[in-house]
Amino acid sequence: MYTQALNAISDEPADQSAEAARFQAQVDAEQKIEPNDWMPEAYRRTLVRQISQHAHSEIVGMLPEGNWITRAPSLKRKVALLAKVQDEAGHGLYLYAAAETLNVAREELIEQLLSGKAKYSSIFNYPTLSWADIGAIGWLVDGAAIMNQIPLCRCSYGPYARAMIRICKEESFHQRQGYGIMLTLARGTSGQKAMAQDALNRWWWPCLMMFGPPDSESQHSDQSTRWKIKRFSNDDLRQKFIDATVPQAHYLGLAIPDKEFTFDEASGHWKSGPIDWAEFKRVLSGGGPCNRERMRVRRKAHENGAWVREAALAYAEKRRARRDAIKIAAE
Amino acid sequence: MSEKHLPLWEVFIRSRSGLAHKHCGSVHAADAEMALQAARDVYTRRGEGNSIWVVPSGAITASDPADKDELFAPALSKIYRHPTFYEVPDEVGHM
Repeated sequence: MYTQALNAISDEPADQSAEAARFQAQVDAEQKIEPNDWMPEAYRRTLVRQISQHAHSEIVGMLPEGNWITRAPSLKRKVALLAKVQDEAGHGLYLYAAAETLNVAREELIEQLLSGKAKYSSIFNYPTLSWADIGAIGWLVDGAAIMNQIPLCRCSYGPYARAMIRICKEESFHQRQGYGIMLTLARGTSGQKAMAQDALNRWWWPCLMMFGPPDSESQHSDQSTRWKIKRFSNDDLRQKFIDATVPQAHYLGLAIPDKEFTFDEASGHWKSGPIDWAEFKRVLSGGGPCNRERMRVRRKAHENGAWVREAALAYAEKRRARRDAIKIAAE
Repeated sequence: MSEKHLPLWEVFIRSRSGLAHKHCGSVHAADAEMALQAARDVYTRRGEGNSIWVVPSGAITASDPADKDELFAPALSKIYRHPTFYEVPDEVGHM
């Protein structure tokens, strides 16, 4: 999902200490781990990586949609899109705050994003070519995010779980907002309907890739499952998303862009054709249509904001010095 | 990065009158005024509160989870601190 780039943690031997046993017992009993509690170093490291990648995804995720704010077709659509993009910024900030409780500075995390060391979700490296893409993103990308994030509300790490609860509440508006756009287009002229179908055609497969590599290739799941960071496998969540989304697409009168797509009566699930994992790997490692553009824009925004951060600190410093001087004079 | 870090503030929000302020997260800001504004933008976009406190994170003194047993266990055995410890005859009625 938003943390699909996590690889195997390492082959280091499991921590056998009494503390580690107590920690695992606490996790097994569904008791939340809080910032000052003892935790295995690998647990802390995994969470910092997962939460920060999640935060980076929210921040970079503002860019494809921000592209359409000035070109939204009506004032109603524009205010909704503005609110949604602002929410994504908020989500990034809740998550950075959660990551910081693990003793890492936000500046360090942002530096990892800007230097290319930290990853973000592959989905945000695709372009938003038409207004229908804004509908498809809200409906599908946020829909997929909700599938993944609801189980994270029960994650063993308290601050992450609490951030996810807030985020899930807000994502629900995002998904309905997107579906509303699709619904209007689907009920519109044949040209508008074609635009909606075109958006679905382009976003469907990248959305399925959001859930990360197939279980047969996913290396980090076991440990994350034991730590109750992850509750469902990539393939399970992907299947849940497909089953939930297909009736919604049918209601719109749109076709799933998959020639091998079939309904399996026996299992009651929709079966998708093979996913192009080579494309997934290419986009994740920097070769997607917009990877370079996204990072260029993020870096520029960060650099352009440097003087504001500097000025705010200088002003705070000046006021502190003045207050101190008054205090001294009064004594 | 040689840039100086913006200080961290903990945010507490009163969701409505009559309730206590509750911790909801943190923000980075150069001073208290900006911390309040950032907290408003980040944590109250849907009317989640009618009052905000921001406190420099460094100003908070917290108990150590390692001392949990010494600090809190003594209270567990003092059941006589609860009203249910005392018997009131039925004839007396509600007390």
